[in-house]
Formats: sequence, structure tokens, C-alpha cells
Amino acid sequence: MTAVDERAGDGVTDEARAEETLREAERSAMETVRHGLRLSPEFRHGLAGTLALAVLATLGKIIVPIAVQQVIDRGLDGGTPDVPFIRNAVLLCAVAVLLTALCGYLMNVRLYRSTESGLATLRGKGFRHVHDLSVLTQNSERRGALVSRVTGDVDQISAFMQWGGLTIIIAVGQLVVATALMAVFSWRLTLLVWVCFLPVMIVLPRFQRMVSRAYTRVREWAGDVLAAVSESVVGSAVIRAYGSEDRTAERIDRAVIGQRRAQTRAQMIIGFTFPTTEMVAAVAVAGVIVLGVHLGVAGSITQGRLIAFLFLITLFISPLQTATEVLNEAQNAIAGWRRVLGVLDTPADVADPADGVTLPRGPISVAFERVGFAYPGGPPVLHDVSVEITPGTRMAVVGETGSGKTTFAKLLTRLMDPTSGRILVDGVDLREVSFSSLRERIVMVPQDGFLFDASLADNIRFGRPSASDEEIRLALTELGLADWLDGLPAGLDTPVGQRGESLSAGERQLVALARAYLADPDLLLLDEATSAVDPATEVRLARALDSVTRGRTAVSIAHRLSTAEAADEVLVFQHGRIVQRGPHAELVEQDGVYADLHASWASAIGS
Amino acid sequence: MSKESTESKESEESRESEKSEESKAPARSVMLQGFRVIGVAVRAEPGVFTAAVLASALYGGMTVASSWALGWATDHAVLPAFRDGGEAATGALLLAALFIVGVAVLKAAGVMGRRILAGVMQYRMQARSRREVTRQYLRLPLAWHHRHPTGQLLSNANSDVEAAWGPLAPLPMAVGVIVMLVTAAVAIVLVDPVLALVGFLIFPAIALLNLVYQRRLSPLAMRAQRLRAEVSEVAHESFDGALVVKTLGREDAEAARFQARADELRDANIAVGRVRGLFDPLLEALPTLGVLAVLLVGAARLESGSLATGDLVQVSYLFTLLAWPIRALGWVLAELPRSVVGWSRVRDVLDATGSMAYGTASLDGAGPARVTAENVRYGYDPGAPVLRDVSFRVEPGRTVAVVGPTGSGKSTLTQLLARLIDPDVGVVRIDGTDLRDVAKGGVSGAVALVLQQTFLFDDTVRGNVTLGLDVPDEKIWAALRLAQAEGFVSALRSGLDTRVGERGASLSGGQRQRLALARALVREPRLLILDDATSSVDPQVEKRILHGLREESAESTVVVVAYRMATIALADEVVYLEQGTVVDHGPHDELLARCEGYRALVTAYEREEAERADALDEVVDESFDSDEEVVA
Ligand SMILES: Nc1ncnc2c1ncn2[C@@H]1O[C@H](COP(=O)(O)OP(=O)(O)OP(=O)(O)O)[C@@H](O)[C@H]1O
Ligand SMILES: Nc1ncnc2c1ncn2[C@@H]1O[C@H](COP(=O)(O)OP(=O)(O)OP(=O)(O)O)[C@@H](O)[C@H]1O
Ligand SMILES: [Mg+2]
Ligand SMILES: [Mg+2]
Repeated sequence: MTAVDERAGDGVTDEARAEETLREAERSAMETVRHGLRLSPEFRHGLAGTLALAVLATLGKIIVPIAVQQVIDRGLDGGTPDVPFIRNAVLLCAVAVLLTALCGYLMNVRLYRSTESGLATLRGKGFRHVHDLSVLTQNSERRGALVSRVTGDVDQISAFMQWGGLTIIIAVGQLVVATALMAVFSWRLTLLVWVCFLPVMIVLPRFQRMVSRAYTRVREWAGDVLAAVSESVVGSAVIRAYGSEDRTAERIDRAVIGQRRAQTRAQMIIGFTFPTTEMVAAVAVAGVIVLGVHLGVAGSITQGRLIAFLFLITLFISPLQTATEVLNEAQNAIAGWRRVLGVLDTPADVADPADGVTLPRGPISVAFERVGFAYPGGPPVLHDVSVEITPGTRMAVVGETGSGKTTFAKLLTRLMDPTSGRILVDGVDLREVSFSSLRERIVMVPQDGFLFDASLADNIRFGRPSASDEEIRLALTELGLADWLDGLPAGLDTPVGQRGESLSAGERQLVALARAYLADPDLLLLDEATSAVDPATEVRLARALDSVTRGRTAVSIAHRLSTAEAADEVLVFQHGRIVQRGPHAELVEQDGVYADLHASWASAIGS
Repeated sequence: MSKESTESKESEESRESEKSEESKAPARSVMLQGFRVIGVAVRAEPGVFTAAVLASALYGGMTVASSWALGWATDHAVLPAFRDGGEAATGALLLAALFIVGVAVLKAAGVMGRRILAGVMQYRMQARSRREVTRQYLRLPLAWHHRHPTGQLLSNANSDVEAAWGPLAPLPMAVGVIVMLVTAAVAIVLVDPVLALVGFLIFPAIALLNLVYQRRLSPLAMRAQRLRAEVSEVAHESFDGALVVKTLGREDAEAARFQARADELRDANIAVGRVRGLFDPLLEALPTLGVLAVLLVGAARLESGSLATGDLVQVSYLFTLLAWPIRALGWVLAELPRSVVGWSRVRDVLDATGSMAYGTASLDGAGPARVTAENVRYGYDPGAPVLRDVSFRVEPGRTVAVVGPTGSGKSTLTQLLARLIDPDVGVVRIDGTDLRDVAKGGVSGAVALVLQQTFLFDDTVRGNVTLGLDVPDEKIWAALRLAQAEGFVSALRSGLDTRVGERGASLSGGQRQRLALARALVREPRLLILDDATSSVDPQVEKRILHGLREESAESTVVVVAYRMATIALADEVVYLEQGTVVDHGPHDELLARCEGYRALVTAYEREEAERADALDEVVDESFDSDEEVVA
């Protein structure tokens, strides 16, 4: 597995990039299946029974038509029908048919149960793993594509598991039985049939590869369609504001038409290859007739056997006919499986450490030691950042846009790991702290507060699932937001809409803040968490926060320097370095970035 | 308040009852609905459909013919050869071989045509529906978008469209099979009417079984399809909010939420599987049972001498031949429930009304625009207006600041001015023209709104700034310069051609916001609306942006939503909103003097600073005091 992992990924180009993107393991089909089966033990659950039933059902499917044929041959041979024989044989066959159906039913039920259970678990695992991946890895793929890795791709596996897989077993069985029976009738004719079909069997995989390439194109286009469509949905406001409907429509059209063309092409390839077996079968039948007659004249085969042989050819070709179809479905399933396994194979680069340290709750100290960071494939954005945050400090982080403040925050909350240096909390390397402990102690309110499409209460409760409505109300009151809550017609039951879009931007931030506050962390990290809130509310909120989180550590990133003025200490970032540090009162007196920023701020707020 | 909540409950309930009604709907109606869906496709692509059916009919005919060809070869080549010795039949033998291969070629052509044309029809319909659905997304008002989850809209355009046209793939085959059945039936009737009767008993039995199958399957399959959509909606939302999930350490809870849905889907799929698992083998068994019945009856008739052996062989052979293709009918029927659900979800989008109506007036005038709002009222939910009785006027070239506490309706107002939404009551005019009378594209040609929530497309910097508008690079750079984005854009790896990632993920918050600003400025709009468009940039950059704007602003009328004095100071006039109504408007100084709410809002920082300074003094005093005490 490790050897495979190393080969996996698109790691042809630069190493760093490959690490950040989701893997789509280049492993062979068999390996994919083996690996997949290992990951989903449910598939093997009761497999022996299912297989036994499958063998019975398959045998039934193969033998019944042969038996029927035999009845026709024997019972009607020679002009005088052997009616009692026919009657008994027919009844026997009918019983066999019903038994076959019964086996088929039982097998199907077991198969559906085990595959669906396995796939549901696989979905869950994939979903969970996506959340375990670092934000950078998550961002390396479009959301829609990420979603389809746990939805559509899994559906493709199920379609194959419930139909194709069995069809292959049946087909191979049928091929073997038909060949054996044919050989009993005449080995020479059997050889002829195989000679006719051998080229097909050799060419088939090549066709298959063509088809598979064509389908890869289809999938690529499908990805483009997904992206173009989602643009028209998520960007609807901008598209309207700038009247770029036509451009968006054009993009969608290009993708949709491209997809249609690719699909049609794939279908053409299949359309041309599919009937080949049919034609080869006809050639084989014709050849068998010609050769058979010659053999018959020479006395090595009887008329009846020749006719029976012709029937067996039909039995022989039908599995080959479905083969293209089944292989196709198998291709899709394996491609889907690869994509699902690709998620699971991608190592959680920012992982919860095994035997992680659980830090006791209480005042928290943080130290950055010569931390550097570069986004994958990009230049370094943080250089040599060293800073200590002592327990209970209120730290403000300021700096030009793009100077690395958010990056600093993401490192502190371990959304990413530094490329060099280390970060310590309470003297322990952040990479050794267990996630549950870390998330409990350090909570960040990100720059844009995402809300779920649920009620206000549910969104705030996301911070602490056990909180009652009363506690939520209390938290809002403590933050000085009781008036705002009372102003909402439905109060805590107010639906916030998609991404919180039924609230105003400022209100959204209030909710995000309350959510983090309710989580009750030892270190609260605010990344421009109140940038859209009106000044009066912001000041009130800052004060409330100040008093309710007294004794805890707080780090606030803000462009509104009122935050910096209230802080114990200010960190000033510029071009990825900390250039100044100290209390506001000191820094304003020094010449430097902070004084300049503050001058702009003072002129911005002063009339 | 209570009225609203009951209303929403009611709609919830009606949705519930809709669901259960749907699932109780008799299968026949699902079948009828399914055929209606197919009808839509047939009407849309009659040519392709006809060709596909003809090809399939060719296939069907040739399948029957192939049995006949084999019979002919047996009768005219094989048997004579065995009877008379090899030489006599060589000609007939070659003829028979040619005949068999010829029929096979025609059959292959039929298969080829059927498959390719069926594909063409299916893909055309999918492409058509996708385009229609997305056109509708682009046409429908924002309010509609707000009501529909992103995940749902995405699956409407993707998996629902796919499901809707799923039956088209096996459809021509099924029609061909019907042709085959009819041909076979005629052949059987010609051979022996009594055997035909047996055969005809089998056909209705198959039809009946299919019907029962449908009836059992439909509600289950529909439920599964719905759950499939729900699973992907949950995944979509959860991945979208991944940052929040992570920072609050709620991965397990989210996984549980997803797993619950996935398990529901699993159960639904297993329920579907149980029905499929029962009926598929039965449907497969029926034709074989038919052959056996034919044999049984045929044997009796052979005994009584009313049937020839060869005829019985031919009829039985026909039956075995039909056994496989007849299942194609089942395939179409099996796809129908999903198709019906998919299509009804697609139809919901296509039938959604309320797209904006446009007039014919233009806003092409030169220079800055005059803007007026007259008694405007707007509510996202009817009955709960967010803006009431809002009136103001902005003279050409002037700058107006819209100020108000969080949630007071500022963004709503800007959206009305850019006609993203239409007022419920009252009028918004530009240069005296009601925005509703302006031709399509007219408003966005004259007005540029920088939304409060920055949104960037997964495109290049250039693409994000121009949004398809044909502008030379110099103008793009000029706009970037004005938005103070020139520096960081030129530092990007590929400059204007750098891709910014989904929602601009590879840029910092302030960088994203400045690109959004440049997007508006590059258009040189007659009315520029900035909704808190500098909230994520630092004070220095903000200052430079504002200075730049002030110099340029002779070209446009500007409406700016802002809190900071510096921005407000740019404005000639201020409109102060509180809870959706204009409390006061006028020059900043006047408002500062006479409007208490306004004063409290805009001087909050200053007062805060002053108070802090006082507090600090006190603390210092106190510490002095305490020091003294200690000393004493
Ligand atoms: N995901 C990413 N991939 C590549 N580069 C990134 C990514 N996120 C940020 N950057 C780059 O890293 C630099 C620092 O970004 P960061 O978000 O830390 O800035 P910031 O100080 O928070 O700025 P702002 O005040 O605008 O929010 C910027 O130049 C930005 O373009
Ligand atoms: N899509 C929506 N559906 C329902 N209600 C909404 C929607 N958007 C906004 N609202 C409500 O309308 C009111 C005004 O919202 P708006 O966004 O206009 O406020 P705002 O003044 O821009 O606030 P902010 O300063 O926070 O940006 C708010 O109470 C908000 O909850
Ligand atoms: Mg930032
Ligand atoms: Mg707003």
C-alpha cells in the first residue's frame, strides 16, 4: 500500500503541489478493487452465502436454456414426439426455473443489503476524511467536485456492484460451460468458433481503452459543467449587478455543448464496437455451417449435433455481447471508486496526532518560534515570526492587507502547519496537541462568518451542542446583543438562510461571534470578526467581550484600530514579518508602520 | 410575529403533505407521467427519435429474420447436403452463409443506429434541459435564489436532468422490442393459432407483472432519488462551511449528520433493491416459462397430429429469442419513477415565475446620473417590510453616504438602486426613468454596485475584473490602480492571468475586496454604489482609495454605505437609516448637530477613545494612590 501511495497523486510536477491536491490513485483496476474491498468489509459480509446463491442462479440461467433445447431436440427428434418425456422434462425445467428465480431473489436481497451498507459507510468515511483534510487540500478542488466524490462517484460503484459484477460472473460461467459443451459436440467446430472470436477478445480491451478515454473526457467536461453551473448559482448577485448573464450563459453553453459532444463521441465508439460481436457471431455461424457440412459429409458429425451446436453458439456470444457494456460500467465504477479512495488515500496533512496531548483548561500561553510559511507553490508569506502571547493577554494584530495576518491566525489555530519553525501552546508543540483539546481551547472567528441554513439558535449552538435556548439567550445578553435579538420577529427561531444570507452582513458576524463565544474557549481569535458591524454596536460588543472574557487570552485582527487601542499589546505585521510590537501608547509614539496606520485611522474617524 | 411563524409552519406542513401524497400516488399515474415526460422528449427531437426507432425496428426485424435465416439454411443447405452429399449443395451452402452474414450486417446496422441515435437523443435533451435550467437561474430574481439551497439548484441542473432523461437510452430498444413482439406474434399466429393463444397469455402476464413491479417500485425509487439529492445538499453545505466546522471542532457532529442521511439513503436503496431483486428474476423467468408452456401444449398437439414438429421448433425458438430483449421494456419502466421525480424538480425551476420584466427605455445619457427613490417600501417576506417609505434624491455628480446601524436596510437599499430587486411600493428612478422601464442590460450598463459580500469567480484576475466586458489592459490597470490593487496584482505570479481560486480563496480578504472594487470602477459607471466596500482594507489603503475616488468622482454619482468619518466626509450629503426608515438626511455637520442616533453611531470610536483615555487616567491616578498608600 505504501508503495502505491508513493506512486499515487499527480506528483509529476512539483512535489509541494502534489501534496496539497486530492489523490486519484493511479493504481490498477484490480488493486483498486482489492483496496476498496479491504476498506469496506461490509461487502464481504455474508459473501459466501451470496456467492453460493449466485452460483446456483448462474447455473440455473445457463442450464435451463440448455435443458429446454435438449427437450426440443430429444423430445421432438425423429418426427414422433415422446410426449411423456416432454411432459416430465418440462415440469422439471419449470421447477428449475422457479428455483433459479428464488435463488436470484435471495441473492439480490443479500447483495443489495451488503453493498448498500458498505457504500453508506464508504460515503461516511469519505465525508469524514474530507473534513480531516487541511483547508489547503480542501481548496485544491472545487466544492462541487468534492461533493461528488461522496455522492455520484459512490453511486457509480453501486450500479456496478449490483448488476455488472454479477453479470461478469455469469458471463464467464456461461462462456466456460458453452465452450465445454461445444467441445463435447465437436472440437474442430469449437476451435473454429474460438478462432473467429479470438481477435474480438484481443481487440476488445483496446476498444475498451478507447471507450475509457472517451469517458474520461466526458467526466472532465462534466466537471466543467458543474463549475459553470455552480458559478451561475453562487455568483447570482454579482452576475445580476454587472449584467454578465450573457457571459455566464455562454460559459455554461460551452461546457454543456462540450459535454454533449464528448458523450456523443463516447457513444459512437461504443455504438461501433458493440455490434462487432454480432457480426463475428454471424461469420462464425456461417463458418460452422460450411465446415460442419463438410465434416458431416465426411461422417464426423451428425445433422442433429450440428444444429445443436449452432444453438450453443448463441449461448457463447451473449456474454461477449454484454461484455462491452459490463466493462464500461466496470470502468465507470472503478473510476468512481478511485476517486472515493483518492480522498481516503490523501493523507490528512494537518492531522490529529495519535496519542495527542490533552492540555488542561485554563489560561493559555502561545509561542511562535521562528515560524515561516508559504502557500503551496507560492512565495513565503510569513518570515521568521517569533512571538509570545502570555496568558490573559489581549493582543491586537494589525497590518496592511495581505501582510499575513489571516495566515498567522490559521497557523495559530492549526488549520495549517508552518513550513518552518514551530508553534507552542502551554509549551507543547501544536502538532502534538490532540484536536479535541485544541479546538476546545482555541477558537477562531474567521473573516467571513459562514452560517448554516438553519435557525439562529441552531447556528449559535454549533459552538456548544449541549447549550439550551436559555444559555444561548444568556450568551447573547452577555455580549450586549439582547436588544438586537428582541428586534428579530422570530427571535432565536429566525431562519438565517443559505450561508446566512437572510441576515444582514453585520448580523451574520454577530451570530458567528456569539457562536464562538458560546464555545467558551481559553483563547478567542477574532479575524476581522466585526468588520461589518456598526461602530456603536462594535464598541459595545468589544466592551462586553472584554469584560466577559477577562482573564482569558484574546487575539483580534482588525483594521479598525479601536481594537488596537484597547489591547494590552499590538503586533504589527508588514510583508509577512512582525515589524513592531508593544502597547498602543508606545507604538504611536514611535516612527513606523503603526504610527502611519494610526494616523490614517485617526483621520478616518475624526470629522 | 406569531403569524409569521404559523405561516412558515403551514408551508412546512403543506410540503410534508405534498410529499406523502406523491408517494401514495398510484403507480399508473407515475407511468402516465413518465410517458408524458418521454413525450416531451419525443416532441422536442422527433427526427432523431423516429430514426432511432426505425433503426431499432430494423434490429427487431432482423432478430426475427436471423432465426428465419438459420431455418432457411438448415432446410435448404444443411439438410440437403447431409441427404445428397457435399457437392450438390455447395452453391446453396454459400448462399446460406451469405444470407446469415447479410442479416447480421443489417442487424448490426440497426443496433449501431439504435444505440448512437438513442445516445444522441438523450444527450441532446440533457444539454437542452441544462441550458434551460441555467438560463432560468440567470433570469430568476435574487429573492428566488435566496429561497433555494445551492445544493438543490446544483442537483436540479445535474442529477435531476440526468434522471429525467434516463429512460431515453433504452427507449428506442423498447420500441424496437414492441415491433419484434408484434412480428413474432404474427409469425406465431400464422404457424399455429392455439400456440399463439398460449403465447398471448404470456405477454399480458409480463405486462401485468411489469405493472405490479412499477406500482411497488415507484414510491420507493422516488424516495431514494429525493434522498440522494438531500445527501448531496448536506455534503455541499458542510464542505462549504468547512472552516467553521474545523475551527469549532465539529467534524464528528457533521459526519454524524451526513451519516444519518446516508443511512436513510441506504435503507431506501435496500428497499428498492428488495423489490428489484424480486421482480427482475421473475421477469426473466416468465419467457422461459412461456417456452415450457408452449412445449407442453405443443407436445399435446403434436400427439393429436394438428401440428408439425418443425413448426413447434420454430415457435419455441422465437420464444427463446424474445426472452432477453423483452426485458428492455422493464428497463424503461424501471427508469420511469426516477425520471418523473427528476423532471418534476426540473419543471419546478422552469415553471418558476417572477422573473424581472424589462421595458425599453435606455440610460445611455452622458455624465453622472440623477437618482431618486420615492416612497420605497420593500420586504423580503411579504408583510414584514425591511424598508418603509424611503425617499431621497441624489443630484448628478454628488456623493451620498448611507449610514445606519447593523441591519437597518442599507444593503437592501443599494440593491434596489441597482435593480437587483424591485420595490414592493414606490419607485426608484435614474434620470427620471423608472428602473422597471429600462431595457434589459440597461441598468447594469449604467450602474455599478460593489456588494458588501465580496464574491470572486474561479477565474483569472482579468476575468474577475472585466466579467467578459471587452476592455483593454490599460483600463484594467487603471481601475486596479484606483482600487489600490495594482501593487499586489503585479506581484502575482502571472499578473492579470493569475487564477484566484474558488471564491478567490488564494487571496487575502482585503485583496479580494479591492478586486471587487476594481470590477466596478473599470466600467466607469454613471452611478457607483459602494456597499461597505472598504471594510476589509487597512486605514491607509482606504484613505488612498477614497482620495482616488474623490478625484474621479466628477464622472459619476456615488452612493456609499459607510461608517467611518473619512468616508462620510467625502459625501455631500448623508442619508441616515434606522430600522428601515430614513430618520434624517442632510449634510454631515447638520446631522451631527441635530440627529442623536446619527451622532451616537459615527462618533462611537471617538467617544470610546476619549473614555478609554479617561479610564486610563483614573487607573494611573489610582495606582499612584495605592503606591502612596504602600509607601505610607
Ligand atoms: N490560499 C492561498 N493560496 C495562496 N496564497 C495565499 C492564500 N491565502 C493568502 N495568500 C496570500 O498570502 C498573503 C497573506 O495573506 P493573508 O490572508 O494572511 O493576509 P491578511 O494580512 O490577512 O490580509 P487582509 O487584511 O487583506 O485580510 C497574501 O499575499 C495572499 O495573496
Ligand atoms: N435575503 C433576506 N431574506 C430575509 N431577510 C433579509 C434578507 N436580507 C436581509 N434581510 C433582513 O433585512 C434587514 C436589513 O438587511 P440589510 O442587509 O439591508 O441591512 P444592512 O443595513 O445592510 O446591515 P449591515 O450593516 O449589517 O450590512 C435585516 O434585518 C436582515 O435580517
Ligand atoms: Mg485577513
Ligand atoms: Mg449591509
